Amino acid sequence: MATFGRACLIIGLAVAVYGIAASIHGARAGRQDWVASGRRAVYALAALSATAFVVLEIAFLRSDFTFEVVASHSSTTTPLFYKMAAPWSSQEGSLLLWVLLLSVWSSLVLFLTRRRLRDVAPWATAVLLGFGAFFCALLVFLESPFDQLPVAPAEGTGLNPLLRHPSMMIHPPMLYSGYTLFAVPFAFAVGALATRRLDAEWIRSTRRFALGAWLFLGIGILLGARWSYSELGWGGYWAWDPVENASLMPWLTGTAFIHSIMIQERRGMLKTWNASLILATGILAILGTFLVRSGVLDSIHAFGASTLGVPFVLLIAFMLLGSIALVVSRRAQLRSEHRLDSLLSREAVFLGNNLVLVGLCAVVFFGTFFPLISEALTGDRASVGPPWFNRYMVPLALVLVLLSGIGPLIAWRRASAAGARRNLLGPALAGVAAAVAGAVLGAGSSPPTVLMFGLGAFVLGGVAQELWRGMRARRAMSGDGPLRALVMLVRRNRRRYGGYIVHAGMALMFIGIAASSALQDASDANLRPGQSMRVGDDLDVRYVRPTSGIVTTRDGRLEKIRFGAVLEVRRDGRRIATLEPSREFFPSSAIVAFGPVGRFFEGEATSEVGLKAGLMRDVWTAMTPDIDALRPVIDEGDEVYGKFADGDVTPQARSEALAAILVGITERYRNQPPPTTFRVIDSPMVTWLWIGALVVIGGGLIALWPAGDPAGRRVRARYAAQVARDLGTAEEREPVRSAS
Amino acid sequence: MEALAVVAVLVVLCAVVALIAQPLRHGPEAVERSASARVRDLEAAREAKYQEIRDAELDARLGKLSAEDHRALDRQLRREAIEILRELDELQ
Repeated sequence: MATFGRACLIIGLAVAVYGIAASIHGARAGRQDWVASGRRAVYALAALSATAFVVLEIAFLRSDFTFEVVASHSSTTTPLFYKMAAPWSSQEGSLLLWVLLLSVWSSLVLFLTRRRLRDVAPWATAVLLGFGAFFCALLVFLESPFDQLPVAPAEGTGLNPLLRHPSMMIHPPMLYSGYTLFAVPFAFAVGALATRRLDAEWIRSTRRFALGAWLFLGIGILLGARWSYSELGWGGYWAWDPVENASLMPWLTGTAFIHSIMIQERRGMLKTWNASLILATGILAILGTFLVRSGVLDSIHAFGASTLGVPFVLLIAFMLLGSIALVVSRRAQLRSEHRLDSLLSREAVFLGNNLVLVGLCAVVFFGTFFPLISEALTGDRASVGPPWFNRYMVPLALVLVLLSGIGPLIAWRRASAAGARRNLLGPALAGVAAAVAGAVLGAGSSPPTVLMFGLGAFVLGGVAQELWRGMRARRAMSGDGPLRALVMLVRRNRRRYGGYIVHAGMALMFIGIAASSALQDASDANLRPGQSMRVGDDLDVRYVRPTSGIVTTRDGRLEKIRFGAVLEVRRDGRRIATLEPSREFFPSSAIVAFGPVGRFFEGEATSEVGLKAGLMRDVWTAMTPDIDALRPVIDEGDEVYGKFADGDVTPQARSEALAAILVGITERYRNQPPPTTFRVIDSPMVTWLWIGALVVIGGGLIALWPAGDPAGRRVRARYAAQVARDLGTAEEREPVRSAS
Repeated sequence: MEALAVVAVLVVLCAVVALIAQPLRHGPEAVERSASARVRDLEAAREAKYQEIRDAELDARLGKLSAEDHRALDRQLRREAIEILRELDELQ
């Protein structure tokens, strides 16, 4: 199996290298047969990487510990679902997933464009295969998932307990789909620059891939945030951690790109900007993979080692220098076909939003790489924390939300001041009302939060107004009922209204982020059963009693020990929830170092948070029991077990003895609980972050969904007839002649 | 087991070679060039222009453009569309 999997990767590498050569030769010699052969190399790479991935999956599902990667990332006790997802918890498996996703998306776009973009596509094929060859080379020469152990261990190390969370299992494929999908417009941009075909056709052909990349990457980021909130035990969803930032940067520039390409599609403007944006986004996507996989920056999320640093740095340097050279050498062809008609136009707002998004990305980039910058300049590795990020991100985010509210409300090209006033008035009043309400209801201590409430409501009001007016106009035309008119309005203008819905979702998210960040109350306390702690002005949390237990797998093996607590939560004296946070201890494999009992308390430990989520407030708790207080009992357990195991006893009897000792320790924890540190966070409106995220995803899907052909054809036919009618009239022809 | 793996690798290798070599078996085939590429550019520009006309009409209906502004913009957009159609006619 391993031999076969490795052979697939070696053939895949050879195919990718061949495909690059075939595509470039086909493009330069004008030979369609070589171009087609290069395109088929991408299909072959997809099939080969899928086969290799299936081989790896089978090895994980069979717990085949002859595979080094299986032995180090799975075990017989790992649940089936996590076994299936375990390949991408490893460096090698995630790189293979990268190749698989890249080659599948590349195959899809090249199949869809096989009769179009005949100048550009061969160069794009070469670029996509270049990425494929790079990652295949890493898998063949540096990080093979098919390396084998001389002797298979009886048991594997198991999946990192922190990764045993459903969202964490979907999170990497989502992020990687985002990264690899961004490679598609990147590659076509390079192709367009190489061939000097810099009209909007490459954008139109890859727009959905850019939108898909943006959506997948966004979902990946949100799943990571959700995992952080419910698994990491620090109580937040975003920590400005380097790996989080690495995924945010291409998402920000990608967001700018999917806005600014509309201007190039419509007006032939911003060609240099769009090409630079997508080239930067492609480079940032590779940088994101590099940061997660290289370990160059300290991160709670980085599960990789540092062996891949040099190849990634070389690739990024090549991409960066190549991109700069291409853009500079094509500056004549990148000149805009038109100029901005008016600063009071949607184009101008889009330009503003692009500048803010790139500014946000620049801040994140500087903050993320500050440790390396400071080390290079001073010799000391210093880092910046959330307060530094917030100082710059908060004002920029406020401007971004403002612009995302104005954009949908003003016309393309040139809006009149009177029209803009008329359209902005209603949403502006909604914004003022929300800001006042926010200040009165307790957000007054945080002016940026009040402002965000106002701006968020402004965006929501604007979107509601657009939908309402559009529905009314549709009803006037068709006589449909309100709901049908609304549905048909959105169906006929998916890109426009999908985008508006995304704006509404983002506004909800920003409101949730602002409120939960600025207005939360957090408190830590060391409690014994019966004691209480106060959080903020009105929340009381009482430690009622401890809980404990041993968790076994289905075949009866000891998986982990759980120490928990029952907490009673009261607000203003009224009981609102009973929460049960816990701390779970997974055994270390170092039996000799820590002892058969002690190893259960020396391995990985995870927090299972107690959460009472609501529309207005979340009460979040995590606990850390003082294990040192149990140390004498644990040491005694090791001693007792050692004496027992030294005797002539069966393995079964040893297991039973170990289980009895561990049960004794858990009972001891319940009967004489040690002091436990509790962290309780009372956050307002966190739920709106997740609701907003769902709205964003819904809007993104609407914008992404292909327009129905029959409707499109009818509309096109109608306008074609109108234009044809205009062509037939003399008074229309004359101005055209004089203009030309 | 190893022999089986070798056979499987050979089968995969043959399948891959057959897949990527297939277009080359039909002999040289020239890439479609400039004139038709220009037609495609113009067709794309025409679709974009129609989209602009549609958007302007929707903006007018939603009150973002006054009737007078819309008339002027619509006239300009249609002139641009006509230019595109005329060039398309010349090429086709």
